[in-house]
Amino acid sequence: MINVQQIKRRFMLHLDPVLLYGLGALLFVSLVVLYSSSDGSWMRVLGQLMNILVAFTALWIVANMPLHWLMRIAVPMYVLGMALLIGVALFGEISHGARRWLNIGVATIQPSELMKIAVPLMMAWYFEKHEATLTWRNHLIAAVLLAMPFVLIVRQPDLGTSILIAASGFYVLFLAGLSWRVMGALFVGALASAPFVWGMLHDYQRHRIMMLLDPSQDALGKGYHTIQGMIAVGSGGFLGKGYMEGTQTHLDFLPERSTDFIFAVYSEEFGFLGNLLLLGIYIFIIGRGFIITANASTYFTRLMAGSITLTFFTYTFVNMGMVTGILPVVGVPLPLLSYGGTSMLTLMLGFGVLMSIHTHQRLVKT
Amino acid sequence: MSRIVELKDTQREIYFFRLRLFLSLGFVALLFFILLLRFFYLQVIRHDYFETMAESNRIYVVPIVPNRGVITDRNGVVLARNYSGYTLEVTPEKVPDMQATIAEIGKLVEIKPKDLRRFKKLMSERRSLQTLPIRTRLTDDEVARFAAQRYRFPGVEIKARLFREYPFTEVTSHLLGYIGRINQQEIDELEEQEQATNYMGSDYIGKTGIEQRYEAEMHGVTGFEQVEVDAGGRAVRMLSRTAPQSGKNLTLTLDAKLQEIAVQAFGDYRGALVAIDPSNGEVLAYVSKPGYDPNLFIDGIDTENWEALNNSPDVPLNNRALRGQYPMGSTIKPFMALAGLHYNAKMTTREISDPGYYTLPGSSHQYRDWKAGGHGRVDLFKSVQVSCDTFYYGLATELGIDRMHDYLQQFGFGKKTGIDLEGETSGLLPSTEWKMKRYKQIWYPGDTVSAGIGQGYHLVTPMQLAFATATLANDGVAFKPHLVKEIQHPEGEVQIPPQPLYKVDIPAEDLALVKRAMVAVTQPGGTAVGASMGAQYTIAGKTGTAQVIGMKQGEKYDERKVSEYFRDHAWFIAFAPADKPRIALAVLGENAGHGGSVAAPIARKVMDYYLLGKVPTPLKKADEKPGVEND
Repeated sequence: MINVQQIKRRFMLHLDPVLLYGLGALLFVSLVVLYSSSDGSWMRVLGQLMNILVAFTALWIVANMPLHWLMRIAVPMYVLGMALLIGVALFGEISHGARRWLNIGVATIQPSELMKIAVPLMMAWYFEKHEATLTWRNHLIAAVLLAMPFVLIVRQPDLGTSILIAASGFYVLFLAGLSWRVMGALFVGALASAPFVWGMLHDYQRHRIMMLLDPSQDALGKGYHTIQGMIAVGSGGFLGKGYMEGTQTHLDFLPERSTDFIFAVYSEEFGFLGNLLLLGIYIFIIGRGFIITANASTYFTRLMAGSITLTFFTYTFVNMGMVTGILPVVGVPLPLLSYGGTSMLTLMLGFGVLMSIHTHQRLVKT
Repeated sequence: MSRIVELKDTQREIYFFRLRLFLSLGFVALLFFILLLRFFYLQVIRHDYFETMAESNRIYVVPIVPNRGVITDRNGVVLARNYSGYTLEVTPEKVPDMQATIAEIGKLVEIKPKDLRRFKKLMSERRSLQTLPIRTRLTDDEVARFAAQRYRFPGVEIKARLFREYPFTEVTSHLLGYIGRINQQEIDELEEQEQATNYMGSDYIGKTGIEQRYEAEMHGVTGFEQVEVDAGGRAVRMLSRTAPQSGKNLTLTLDAKLQEIAVQAFGDYRGALVAIDPSNGEVLAYVSKPGYDPNLFIDGIDTENWEALNNSPDVPLNNRALRGQYPMGSTIKPFMALAGLHYNAKMTTREISDPGYYTLPGSSHQYRDWKAGGHGRVDLFKSVQVSCDTFYYGLATELGIDRMHDYLQQFGFGKKTGIDLEGETSGLLPSTEWKMKRYKQIWYPGDTVSAGIGQGYHLVTPMQLAFATATLANDGVAFKPHLVKEIQHPEGEVQIPPQPLYKVDIPAEDLALVKRAMVAVTQPGGTAVGASMGAQYTIAGKTGTAQVIGMKQGEKYDERKVSEYFRDHAWFIAFAPADKPRIALAVLGENAGHGGSVAAPIARKVMDYYLLGKVPTPLKKADEKPGVEND
């Protein structure tokens, strides 16, 4: 005799309902906005629904993994990721001027996405291992673990992903107690090396940074994205133009409107009030992430949960900042709203880890 | 012990971790607050600005060019019309490599060297973002061929447009003028007149002639369509539309057939002819020969044709009827006769004996009559009939130049007639005051003598002389000459009424005398006897010969010895029927010799057609001279 209640309980056993409400709300908004951004195409919505299903399955599986499993896969995953990144650098396929993809026969994959999970996982694992005798050396080694994939991804070049990975790694370092003095020195060092980094950047990256300072400089070229994004957001006004009524969206003025610039679509149609609501949902999710982090029982889980939560925030901030013209256009999607299977999968995996952390220790405690 | 330390460490660790987590929370809150401020800035504070930006993104105002008014003659014959056709137009800013593009287009659509030359000329004088035609009048085949390959040519497009065409080409060139592409100077002028928006979609503007003078009427009012466009510039839907108002149609006073006959009558002669209906000032024919093909100018004339026209010794671009200033010669005599009668000059009551020359009292200088040996006994009537120079030398001397000036100006000499064409010149009617002003010299009695026969300083345009003749024919009632009879508004017709200017007060018997004398000119014994030979109506006329080069004392003018361009100009003024004139005209044959032999037959053909509907057999060069060699 199959007991429906039992199945439900088993299904929900390692899921966090509070986080699920937040994620569900975001995904619902995503489907609604995608329908508009694709000019009423159900195909787009169904596609995203498929992405959600796949990603949610992954989330469920990860959430059900005991924490020591997570710790066990940290090293192999990192090593695999590094191997693939080196593979990309050597044999990767070039598309749109960047070498990001690796053809592994059955599919083309983007190893940098894997690293978004693998890097913080590896670093958290490393700190956990050396928890008892933590010195500055351990921080240095962790920093090297971060720097290696970072350099490879910057060189692809993929500024968006490398920033997110750097951020996720930095959060681990920070939460692991990186000394303020070192951070201060790093900050000064970063400022000092800025001209040098500038020299290393690709032209298109420099261009994007220049555009940030004055997008109108190149209104039809690189500045076009920013300008049209700002026009969409600004013309939305307080209440928005109404669902499916955004002129910037429906007359093709907004580029990348189902992916990186989906926030402009939302903002144009739902206005300032809509933005408040959306920001509220993100804050709700991030807040829940903080609570989970604060309550995490082990060093590894605290670092991991903190990094995942803060990285999720970074995604959100960088995307909204770039659409509204306070950050350069770096190609970061709006988490869980933008169309796309890969970022959806990575993000949901992260939330899976978060839920696993939360639910497994709960079980341990009780 | 170790357990306690460990426990303590863990608590410390958790404390530090939570502190850092709390700092992170502050970081998150701060950045989200910045985002919030940014949203507020964009969506509330600067909302109006971005709203406008979004609107101007999506809304295009597309001008709808009105159809230019059509010009017809008094009988409805079309003189300037519009026809629709296709052009291939290039926006130079959007073409990356002009040479290569033109070469590629050339494979699909024939581009003649002529087209290329014209295109280059347009390139050099274009406005920014203006599209320039590289080929006009594409055939359907060419349109289809290019349309299929269009994607290969960014910045090149086929446009369906209305083209202006002047079917009478050089026959009407000097009066209709032409339209041409708007240049920078004209844009500035339009902006000054606050007409710039009305010309937003217009490529053409009247450059000369009627097209220029009636530009405001014929252009019409540009309509506007507000269209919503997508980012690709494709119109998605129309938001609003203001219909254009077509330009007004013009009906001219001109008679196209008469005009053709007049042009034909000139044969190979250069010259001008203006025929006026004396009863209302309507211009019936307006000829300046040679003409040119105005159609060449519409889309910019190519260098080769331009140079041919501009460098021709015949100066076809010169509007002789309006701007050509010539000595009026003996055509002054009827007006001089009236002046004499007006001032009760003794000469008008006397009969002189003409020795063939005139000398001023106390001088030995001989002013010769055109006829060696003179005309014998001559009175006022005969002086007009035979065009006796000696008589008018005397009459002029008696009147003096200032009285001549005062009287003659009533017939419009020395000032613009006010015809509805731009660029009219005013001729020259000399006076002592004028000479002092102009040359800082006093007027000499000798100047007056030659002025009496219309030589010396006197200059007239064919237009002026036709006007003066019409005024005389209409018993002194002068109407302003005009070419436009009616302006047809879309909602109805507005007639241009005859515009009476003034009346020259001429006693009836004086008028009758001079008119009779002018009739005698075309009768046996007159200087233009050929003019009315076999005519079924009476013609009043007067011949004239305008000297181009002065003759030394005692030297004899020999036409054969003088280069063609220095030969005398032939004048003939006439009106008919003499008793109730319906047409008055002035004919100038440039370097054509004698008025009676060259100009009068041209006038006759014009009058024959106008009064009798008689179409002349095509005429060769007017070299079958009538028997009498006279002035």
